[in-house]
Amino acid sequence: MPRHVPSASFCVPDQPDWCSQVGAARMFSFGVFFPMGCLFASLLIGCGGGSSGDEICLGHYASLTGAQATFGRSTDNGILLAIEEINAAGGVNGKKVRLITYDDKGDAREAGTAATRLVTRDGVVAVLGEVATSLSLAAAPVCQENGIPMVSPSSTNTKVTQVGDKIFRVCFIDPFQAYACAKFAREHEALKANKAAILYDQASGYSVGLREEFAKSFAKLGGTIVSEQAYTEGDQDFSAQLTAIRASEPDVIFIPGYYTDVGNIAIQTQKLGIATPLLGADGWDSSKLAGIAGKAIEGAYYSNHYSQQDPDPAVQSFISKYKAKHGETPDALAALGYDAARIVCLAIGQAGSTKGDDIAAKLASTKGFPGVTGKISIDADRNAVKPAMMIQMKDGIPTYVTTIQPE
Amino acid sequence: MRKPNPDTPFDSPTPPRERGLLGTLANSAWPILLGIALAAALHYFWPLGPGWLYYKKVVLDVGIAIILAVSLNIVNGMTGQFSLGHAAFLAIGGYTSGIVTYYGSILLWKSTDLHGGVLGPGAWLFVFACLLGALVATAAGYVVGLPSLRLRGDYLAIVTLGFGEILRVVLQQTNPILSPDQLDSSSLKNWLPPPVGGAVGFNGLPTYTTLFWVYVFVALMLVVAFRLKRSSLGRAMISVREDEFAAQAMGVHVARVKVMAFMIAAFFAGLAGGLFAHESGLILRPLDAGFLRSLDYVIMTVLGGRGSISGVVLAATLLTVLPEYLRDFDQYRLIVYSLLLIGMMLLRPQGLFGIHEIWDWRPRWFTRKPQTRSPSNEKRGAA
Repeated sequence: MPRHVPSASFCVPDQPDWCSQVGAARMFSFGVFFPMGCLFASLLIGCGGGSSGDEICLGHYASLTGAQATFGRSTDNGILLAIEEINAAGGVNGKKVRLITYDDKGDAREAGTAATRLVTRDGVVAVLGEVATSLSLAAAPVCQENGIPMVSPSSTNTKVTQVGDKIFRVCFIDPFQAYACAKFAREHEALKANKAAILYDQASGYSVGLREEFAKSFAKLGGTIVSEQAYTEGDQDFSAQLTAIRASEPDVIFIPGYYTDVGNIAIQTQKLGIATPLLGADGWDSSKLAGIAGKAIEGAYYSNHYSQQDPDPAVQSFISKYKAKHGETPDALAALGYDAARIVCLAIGQAGSTKGDDIAAKLASTKGFPGVTGKISIDADRNAVKPAMMIQMKDGIPTYVTTIQPE
Repeated sequence: MRKPNPDTPFDSPTPPRERGLLGTLANSAWPILLGIALAAALHYFWPLGPGWLYYKKVVLDVGIAIILAVSLNIVNGMTGQFSLGHAAFLAIGGYTSGIVTYYGSILLWKSTDLHGGVLGPGAWLFVFACLLGALVATAAGYVVGLPSLRLRGDYLAIVTLGFGEILRVVLQQTNPILSPDQLDSSSLKNWLPPPVGGAVGFNGLPTYTTLFWVYVFVALMLVVAFRLKRSSLGRAMISVREDEFAAQAMGVHVARVKVMAFMIAAFFAGLAGGLFAHESGLILRPLDAGFLRSLDYVIMTVLGGRGSISGVVLAATLLTVLPEYLRDFDQYRLIVYSLLLIGMMLLRPQGLFGIHEIWDWRPRWFTRKPQTRSPSNEKRGAA
């Protein structure tokens, strides 16, 4: 360690003995009053915000920076597009909608603080967020306690909406997604798998959850899990796990991970000469997947919330509007953000008030909402019941294969 | 700043006044009592209006950051041992206390709802859990302190970093949390490894962390830190930082001093971990044991100054409040934040206060020293 400090500076020189106690007391009052002073200052500086007479404020907390920045950015873009459309059509109940977005840099502490700020200081009427389960779990109790409805666009873990009756989501949940993958693996023409191997990310709650649910569903549908191997997000070498999987001779390899790792896994699968088809979940959905994996990902399947090739005019018009506004093809997170914002605005419009209880009641009674990610109905557990799309990578393009309906 | 008196290069040229154990305790007690009173005032007089809940959360975060940064400063600043694993102690304290309050609440009251107010039975369970977490963290601090006897500088940093990362991976392998109705039918298989949520995190803990308890523990931390800095153990720590061999030659038990530094720091980090785990709008995740969380607090100690308690308190406050101030910068917030950090380090490479405390800058007329000092000291020495 560098030593910049001059020597013979044991302690503060010239301090008499009594300083120790006086110091502590003075120090303590400093420790208390300084932060308070700061806060008073910030109270003066902070803008009023809030849902004033002629506008309705929606809050969004997202990872705009950090490892999952693309997720937060996409979702935010989707929400912005939805709000722009709604405002162009006259707003909600004659009032313009305004979005306040805060960055949580992928940190649970920041997610909770951002949600607290949105709910208690900015006076938003509803909160949108987050993609990652643990961040949604951090912020959900804050919204619940303050009676402000929160709609997660894309947290698929079942725990999120269990927090309370103000917490909703517009995506399907892990058990259904795993069921869809298992059903697809068992029944799709090209697969008809009897034996499946799983390669999951043990550091991710998302991946661990999908692995458990997939194993359950696959066994229930009459298949056998022959091998379960784990890796950790950011690993570079998967040859040990893949060799073990190859030895168990599966018909399909289920990899519930994020696209960055999946790309590497696909390349190494090809290098080891494993021809077994790969199957994944919505964590694969990124325009970067084909760029990372190249030819190695050809023919692999994954489940997703929507397909860009969906011929539905609503979907196609969403895609063209998104491209015009943000200059890129929307991924599933953008589509979910778009749907979440529209559902919330619809509920506020129907409720005719900005009270949390009224909005939550209208959200809970959503049935057959025509979203770009399919028809969305909210069930008794405040989860969205909706179909999953199965996608296959063909020539680097995610191609629609089939739709798996809820049980 | 005043220049050191050349006649007395080190303070207190006379032997310290003998107080006896009771006297020492009494001298520590009144600042703590004052702290408790201030914490209670903060808690009971906190305004209720809109927005104040948010400021309350920031003030809670500031308090927790102060405990973590000041405790890390005992190792990094006072003893000069570079630790990058402070968050591991936070996680140990947090997870231990979380198990006690979560499963304790279910066993005692059949639910994880809050039980009683700030001094109710639930809060005392929480305080007990925090102290237990702190003790477990202290034991871990002993284990981590041992390698510091043989390693220094970068090598010690790597060992402590490794400790945090190992803990993070271990915590990812834990079982899912058991809900109240699952608890009755749970078997040993659910309890080994402990049911603390694995990679998703430990959520659903009762939110007992209040301004009162946070600032009571901040008071405790600050009193301990100041008493330590002026004690023989603290002096020994500073001497180890300045020159380990010279300290050893002067009879300082270097091994003991280093391990003590790690244990004291771990105790308070564990305590802060308990507060952290039970704060509203937070979820304890395995990531909280890792390197990035540790780095937050290392930055605070570096910015505050080596061994300067008031400097570290100021740095912890600044670095917690600043990112909230900068929210209006949207996604450029962290760039602005980093630029401010770089600017501060360029202007004050030795930290905000260097090795000094804030009152070393007080004006001369504020102290009654130069005239009254010598006679009073002589009297004391004679007594």
